[in-house]
Amino acid sequence: MAKLNKLQTATLPDPVLDRRQAVPALIENHKDFLMVAGLAGTAWELSALTEESPSLFGLGGAMGAAPMMGLGLALAQPKRRVLVATGDGELLMNIGALATIALQNPPNLTIICVDNGHYGETGNQDSHTGLGVRLDLIAAGSGFPVVHVINTEADLAEGRRLLRESHGLTFILLRVKEGPATHTGKKNLVPHIERDRFRKHLLG
Amino acid sequence: MSSPPWQEALYDLLRANNVTQFAYVPDAGHKVLIDRSLADTDVHSIPLTTEEEGVAMCAGADLGGGRAVLLMQSSGVGNVINMLSLTKGGKFPLLTLVSMRGEFGEGNPWQFPMGQAVEPVLKAMGVIVLRAERPEDVVPMVTAAITMAYQCAEQVAVLLTQRLIGAKKF
Repeated sequence: MAKLNKLQTATLPDPVLDRRQAVPALIENHKDFLMVAGLAGTAWELSALTEESPSLFGLGGAMGAAPMMGLGLALAQPKRRVLVATGDGELLMNIGALATIALQNPPNLTIICVDNGHYGETGNQDSHTGLGVRLDLIAAGSGFPVVHVINTEADLAEGRRLLRESHGLTFILLRVKEGPATHTGKKNLVPHIERDRFRKHLLG
Repeated sequence: MSSPPWQEALYDLLRANNVTQFAYVPDAGHKVLIDRSLADTDVHSIPLTTEEEGVAMCAGADLGGGRAVLLMQSSGVGNVINMLSLTKGGKFPLLTLVSMRGEFGEGNPWQFPMGQAVEPVLKAMGVIVLRAERPEDVVPMVTAAITMAYQCAEQVAVLLTQRLIGAKKF
């Protein structure tokens, strides 16, 4: 039998939030952050949310890069708040990065995982989280001092507060339903143009 | 046993060029650099779970105006291939020092497949490869690599060859 069954240890409720509303509601004013967004959904939706802010580096490939790019950036810019937004598939590809980041413990870094439980770009196959793997527990076990799970609208306010006021490395698991991310469809992400734009805006 | 002097000079060279993020999967060939980074309160010493984390970290450091170096063994080169899409496509500076196994005098058969593939694999992904064979090569070669990487946003690997660091005894 090739069917994958949900883990018997899966204990989180079914997701109810729509990412098209939940991601903007969580991030609010993006101008407070330096941002890295993982490939596909989160890169498109942050690009749309920020109207292609020069303080956003969005990935269109190099799956698994986003959290560690955030670490390098947070260590290089300790006075700025750094936000990584990425999907469950992207995070799972380099799950060890959570352990590496927690050992460094940069207080100015927050990782948001927009977890839809699926590989949305490739045919909507179940991801490990959709089958019950708990990224919040992995983050906590890796040593993240602050971990917050957003299941419902009522959980968003604490997420918003942590983004701006947390005094420690923070992991936010934003659980959303299946369905498309906001995509303005304007253009491709060209990495060397993004790099130049980001650095020029930040460093002059 | 005292460390070869080139290893101490190499750390001083990196620090003199404002490298402040040292990322690594531990290897005996990098012991001095790792130990000195751990003892240096002005830098970040960053043990990785896999080498590809370090490629992404180097790119993130550059976004923030910082300089990073990735220290890995030749076997780790195999773990970074797709992540080099980021540094090549983004024209991010990348400086990596690779301690070689699976070549001159190797006594462990498991090391040969990746050791022998290091140069063609890196070159296939657009990384410039320099080989340091003698102690007196190391500082001038890494100096050259620093210029190529941080001034010209190239991706450069300096191979610390087994002839230089000595084959591990079995």
